[in-house]
Amino acid sequence: MSNLPLTGLTILEFSQYLSGPSAGLRLADMGARVIKIERPDGGDACRKLSIKNLWADENSLLFYTINRNKESFTANLKDPDDISVIKRLIKEADVLTHNFRPGVMERAGLDYASVKTINSKIIYAEITGYGRKGPWKNKPGQDLLLQSMSGLVYTSGNETDSPVPFGIAIADIICGAHLVQGILAALIRRHKKGIGALIEVSLMESLLDFQFELLTTYYSSRQLPQRSQINNGHPLLSAPYGIYATTDGFLAIAMVNLSRLAAAIHCTALEKFRQSDAFSQRDEIKVILSEYLQTQSSVYWLERLHAEDIWAMQVLDWQEMSGHPAYQQLQMEQVITTAGGKEIITTRCPIRINGERLFNDRTAPQLGEHNKKIRENLLEKILL
Amino acid sequence: MNLLEDILVIDFSQFLSGPSAGLRLADMGARVIKIEKPGTGDICRELYVSDVRIGGESTIFHAINRNKQSYAVDLKSEEGLEKIKKMVMKADVLIHNYRPGVMDRLGLDFETIKSMNPSIIYAELTGYGNEGPWKDLPGQDLLLQSVSGLTWLSNSDNDIPTPMGVAVVDILAGTHLAQGILATLYKRAVSGEGALIQVSMFESIIDFQFEVLTCFYNDGNQLPVRSSINNGHAYISAPYGIYHTNNGHLALAMGSILVIGKLIQCPALEKYTDPSDWFSKRDEIKTILADHLIGFSTEYWLAILEPAGIWCAKVMDYEKLMEEEGYKVLDMELKVRTSNGLDIITTRCPIRVDGEMASSPVGAPVLGEHNELIEKEFALAI
Repeated sequence: MSNLPLTGLTILEFSQYLSGPSAGLRLADMGARVIKIERPDGGDACRKLSIKNLWADENSLLFYTINRNKESFTANLKDPDDISVIKRLIKEADVLTHNFRPGVMERAGLDYASVKTINSKIIYAEITGYGRKGPWKNKPGQDLLLQSMSGLVYTSGNETDSPVPFGIAIADIICGAHLVQGILAALIRRHKKGIGALIEVSLMESLLDFQFELLTTYYSSRQLPQRSQINNGHPLLSAPYGIYATTDGFLAIAMVNLSRLAAAIHCTALEKFRQSDAFSQRDEIKVILSEYLQTQSSVYWLERLHAEDIWAMQVLDWQEMSGHPAYQQLQMEQVITTAGGKEIITTRCPIRINGERLFNDRTAPQLGEHNKKIRENLLEKILL
Repeated sequence: MNLLEDILVIDFSQFLSGPSAGLRLADMGARVIKIEKPGTGDICRELYVSDVRIGGESTIFHAINRNKQSYAVDLKSEEGLEKIKKMVMKADVLIHNYRPGVMDRLGLDFETIKSMNPSIIYAELTGYGNEGPWKDLPGQDLLLQSVSGLTWLSNSDNDIPTPMGVAVVDILAGTHLAQGILATLYKRAVSGEGALIQVSMFESIIDFQFEVLTCFYNDGNQLPVRSSINNGHAYISAPYGIYHTNNGHLALAMGSILVIGKLIQCPALEKYTDPSDWFSKRDEIKTILADHLIGFSTEYWLAILEPAGIWCAKVMDYEKLMEEEGYKVLDMELKVRTSNGLDIITTRCPIRVDGEMASSPVGAPVLGEHNELIEKEFALAI
């Protein structure tokens, strides 16, 4: 798509791993030029962090996934010459992001107060693990640790299970998304008022915000969220909300009035429950339902549930999902080709603008790939 | 926090997905007017959860809709529609999360609105997009988790598919909607152009899985395998996961099995010298670790592991979390008051601007609370 909304904006990304770089990826997909500022020895540590031992070249597949459509410029933040080049870049940039622990940017002389004297209109956006104050400020801001400390691990799985983490880096992703929101809102103000901004988010605050429904309920009741004994779907929601086994797979049933459900699937054992029992007798209801649903196939039940407009769906794995026309018509996949000629399939930006999907097949950069070009750009700026 | 001062958002959306986008815009300074059905309003008002209510309405309604205004109007009446159109003429952003076709039938589709207000940002959120076999199905969080493969990533391998216990699809789709709105509002500030923003819950939950789906696309479509015990992440090696101790639980993230084995004095781990085994043999390694860690307290292990730089943490529920100084210094709790005098504690906006964490003390609106004000302000009387 031409004419992307953020065309013309330059982002300097000092961030590593997932939280900050996922923000950079979204900004890049919406048209910004994102330049990763990386250590000369190794760069973004994510280059060497593989999951399931999958590599694209000497960089991990994970790095390619998070950093497509960006440029790379290497600089040693401990070297005064490199710092002076960085400061010239900052002068030209619109946004700076970093996710270092508190103190690192200060030591490099690149804290907000210093950067602001170089470029008063910059949007300086930083991610920390736990904020800049308090006993946790130097703790590693790692996703699983944040999930474990924030109460989130008591929302999934059943009451009898141990705490169950989300199997995706939710803290990193939601925090990166908040950073994008703050940056964009600050860019809007900058355009109107000509002033820059300091945007701060932390993994912990983002993860608490993510649980705002549960927390607001807890602040009011002071009762810890209770997962159901079986088939837990959401600790705040009553029966039948959850996933159930059938003879040939699994079925998800969301909120539905109990008598409607009982009638749709002809489950007489459910008829004795009133709607007001749906939360207080959640486990009993779920036990009856889970035994009953195991007697027929998923399709059998879905036909009956959908005929009554009851919110239910089959549970799919990725093979089943990616084979489904509903998935294929989304066109979520795109192919990028690495510098070494390897083709990688990954996802596109999920936001559509003016009816168009945002594809961008530009590959992630090799370490320092754009050093020469960026130095030349700067030189031109100075000569002009 | 005035980043979005003077931005007017007309929000037709209900439940969580769209309204969570409106909440964030309101937090950053926009004025958000909820358009609600007379009599009942946003269905979320009635969505009682865990039998906890505040002022007869659900706790989650109050959490999602603080700092917004409510205008109750019947969209099926000519008069109501005319009023809405007058308001939309003055709006900067319109949000809705109706199923495909509803806004078209009301004559409030993008093309019509654009002809009246060319610089509007028209933002729509659907379950599965406007095309394809599922387009008319309800966009409900658990159902989207279930069809997107997400439920095969959490919990352990012998467990049934396990949903994430927070409405992650709604929240992410709302987040993406807000991102699209903000990016095009920026563009509009520069060029004056309006835009259509479309987000679906299905695309948003696929995007959420972008790291692991990219593995799936490129490893010959192999399905994820959760570890058989203490699963933390289906694609990450031992020790990643949560372990029982003799008085609670300990989370262990990425780390060298040899270093950890030495620190916790577990000789059975010494033989795993090849780091690739930490993935391929993660179940047996985790079993050894689990049997060993159960012997002492969480504090005992933390005192050994934390100073050595191992990524670990105590697992806490809300009660324990809120006793911690680290929680208190964040000042996350926000007291809001509704117009009928109800005080509610909720969470504030997680984004700090220029060092400040401002969130408005205004609570969620009573249904139609701002009708009179809005009728007058927008000269809606017909």
